[in-house]
Amino acid sequence: MEADIQEWETESGSQVLFVERHELPIVDVRLAFDAGSARDDGQAGLARMTSNLLLEGTTERNAGEIAREFERYGARVSTDSGRDTGQVSLRALSEAERLDPVIDNMADVIANADFPGDAVDRVRQQMLLGLQQAQSSASSLAEKAFARAIYGDHPYAAPPGGTLESVEAIDRQAVVDFHRRYYTANNATIVIVGDLDRARAEAIAERLSAALPDGESPEPLPEVKLPETAQTVRLPFEAEQTHVIIGQPSVRQGSDAYYPLYLGNHILGGGGLTSILAERMREERGLSYSSSSRITSGARRGRFQMATQVRNDALGEALEVMRGSLGELRDQGPSAERLDASKRNITGSFPLQLDSNRDLLGYVTSIGFHDLPHDYLQRFVDRIDGLDGDDVQSALQTHLDPARSVTVLVGPEATINGVE
Amino acid sequence: MTARHAIFALIPALMAAPVAAQSDSEVTEFTLDNGMQVLVREDHRAPVVVSQIWYRVGSSYEGRGNTGLSHLFEHMMFKGTEEYAEGEFSEIISREGGRLNAFTGRDFSAYFEIMAADRLPIALELEADRMANLQIDSEALSTEREVVLEERRLRTEDRPEGRFGERYAAIANPGTGYAHPIIGWADDVAGLTVDDLEGWYQQWYTPSNATLVVAGDVEPEAVYALAREYFGGIPARDVPVVHDPENLDPPGERRLIYRDEQARVPQLRMGYEVPSFATADAARDPYALLMLATILDGGDGARLAETLVRGSGVAAAAGAGYNPMVRLDGEFSLFGVPADGDVDAVEEALREEIGRLQRQTVSEEELERARSQLLADHLFELDSVFYQAMQLGMLETTGAGWETLGAFEENVRALTAEDLQAAAQRYLRPEMLTVGIMQPVDQGDEA
Repeated sequence: MEADIQEWETESGSQVLFVERHELPIVDVRLAFDAGSARDDGQAGLARMTSNLLLEGTTERNAGEIAREFERYGARVSTDSGRDTGQVSLRALSEAERLDPVIDNMADVIANADFPGDAVDRVRQQMLLGLQQAQSSASSLAEKAFARAIYGDHPYAAPPGGTLESVEAIDRQAVVDFHRRYYTANNATIVIVGDLDRARAEAIAERLSAALPDGESPEPLPEVKLPETAQTVRLPFEAEQTHVIIGQPSVRQGSDAYYPLYLGNHILGGGGLTSILAERMREERGLSYSSSSRITSGARRGRFQMATQVRNDALGEALEVMRGSLGELRDQGPSAERLDASKRNITGSFPLQLDSNRDLLGYVTSIGFHDLPHDYLQRFVDRIDGLDGDDVQSALQTHLDPARSVTVLVGPEATINGVE
Repeated sequence: MTARHAIFALIPALMAAPVAAQSDSEVTEFTLDNGMQVLVREDHRAPVVVSQIWYRVGSSYEGRGNTGLSHLFEHMMFKGTEEYAEGEFSEIISREGGRLNAFTGRDFSAYFEIMAADRLPIALELEADRMANLQIDSEALSTEREVVLEERRLRTEDRPEGRFGERYAAIANPGTGYAHPIIGWADDVAGLTVDDLEGWYQQWYTPSNATLVVAGDVEPEAVYALAREYFGGIPARDVPVVHDPENLDPPGERRLIYRDEQARVPQLRMGYEVPSFATADAARDPYALLMLATILDGGDGARLAETLVRGSGVAAAAGAGYNPMVRLDGEFSLFGVPADGDVDAVEEALREEIGRLQRQTVSEEELERARSQLLADHLFELDSVFYQAMQLGMLETTGAGWETLGAFEENVRALTAEDLQAAAQRYLRPEMLTVGIMQPVDQGDEA
């Protein structure tokens, strides 16, 4: 099973990807702009604030009027932003009488967002409160410290939500400029999934794209420099558990090394209850509720990370198990049984990834934004199927060098200072 | 005005078609001879199947001293049987390209697998095996107890919101099984024994206390045949009768002021004890409460965002919610985060919004908008095969019955502005209210 993706470009230069799905009378539309926090340009939180303010008003209408114009038709609209993209997503019923006015509304709002001063102040205050709240979350502290440590001076290092200082300093003009610069027709990938034919999808894409201003494509992001030495970052935090993240930058989207790393990660800690970390940390030793690893890739290098939370007196043992498990896999390669089991899980679970329109929307957005082939998932499965233990081991050796590994520990001072 | 009326007049007609497409006939019900219920929901969009087995037992069935038993038991269900040793269940499902896990609620314990549709027999065989043949040994228990205590630290003890939520529930649900946490009090979890777990297994894990829900690319008759093959031979056993307090007198308004060392931002929760699908005297009341929650917080255009967040600006965030899929009475909840630390102002504003619902009928425009949102959201839920199965399981284990799903549209459509006002007056009363405030220790000391 493979989604039948149709692709074209609008008159104004937006890339469009479309999948027809008629089983439910619903339509999902997503616009992904190259407008993530990687474009913050030193003002951490700017992309996020722009995204948070996008539906807060145009020259003609205020936030409440805009929202009710979606809601009266039962439509749901939301915005979000990460490191690579700023996205606007819509879910609506497919009848033209209900869909067309919602698309008009969406086009108007994205193109003519006016960022009223009172909304800017309010959203800034909301973000500041969110940041204050996050100071009492060990997992949030650990995540921010890890990104800072592995990405160094790359734009990916800064938290997409910004910092108390940086968000405080963002003014309306910065948001207006960011919007004008990045929310443009040729910087948009438009993805449509649902109960439409090609002609209606084309009309919707044209309507959305035509409303957006022209602009210049952003400069490619700089490359991520790998950490030069291994390091341990310690953040004191009073709690019964210590939060641990260990890892380093991975590879970018489209890299050949991604496949063996993906498979290696699945064996180590990405495969749920059957992976090495879950077995050793949870099932055998009862050290933690959740011990896993993951690998991501983006427009530039993503990340590889192992993460767990353990009671403070077991921190030393947990670090030994985690680092030891990765080291063993890197030095000896996976066992034949684990390799086979992981390959079978990855290839066999392939249909599970596309069983809802929502999943399909995310998958197709990623294909569009990163210029991946339309049959990416099938190719992915074939690539995984063709790998052997040596491929996995050599990828781990090349890309997960212990001399560049970053460890983040968030826990009581005495605990985190008592381990390497 | 004319144009607006023209559009609103269209809405019911437009809504009728899609929602009607989701008819009851798409759920097929069977009952095995040993009393096990089987529900099948067909969805042929992808060659995938979701299998969930729901047991009518959860934390609200637990008594003093054994809180957390349902949840710890759920963990033990992965520890192996005579035929399949610890870990093998997960390994088999994983090797077959599947995913599995389990979850425990106040009213249910559920176990699921998601797989390519042709692998369903594998999941059913393994679930049937552990329904009847689980082995519980003390070594596995002591390891798993540690895992659960770590889970408790992670979710509750090390998080201000977790510490607050646990205290709030204890006060908001006096005298019922909803007062203690699903994961249990740490001391209780530490004291549970193999005998406790064996007893729980014997009491509740029996076909007549289980509902198998299968959703996805399957044929009902074929699922029925598989269910008979794998579960049909498990002997029937009686299930104890559960006693929960009914008709408790209204407890009176309660107030929790909790100061947390690590909290940085004050938070407010308000909850009215209200009926659920299962406990409502009048079938329409839960729908009226759902509509009231939507009038307040159906989206950014609704009342709380309009008045508290954007209007007066007293709240940085505010919301309302109501889940009718619970076995005992439910909660109509409100929450707010003050924009500048003034929790009292947020509480006052939320009370004013409740008062407004009681004093005035909602406008025709608001009523139509809320109805349109509820019906559209109900339809959007069909996109997730997993959630479709979840809904059926929750409706069954909370006593509402899966047929409730089919009556949703009709009930939402039938509500008038007067119904909503009457429900607000009848249920959103001070003697049913709990107010909970979490304050950072260095703030609000003058209060």
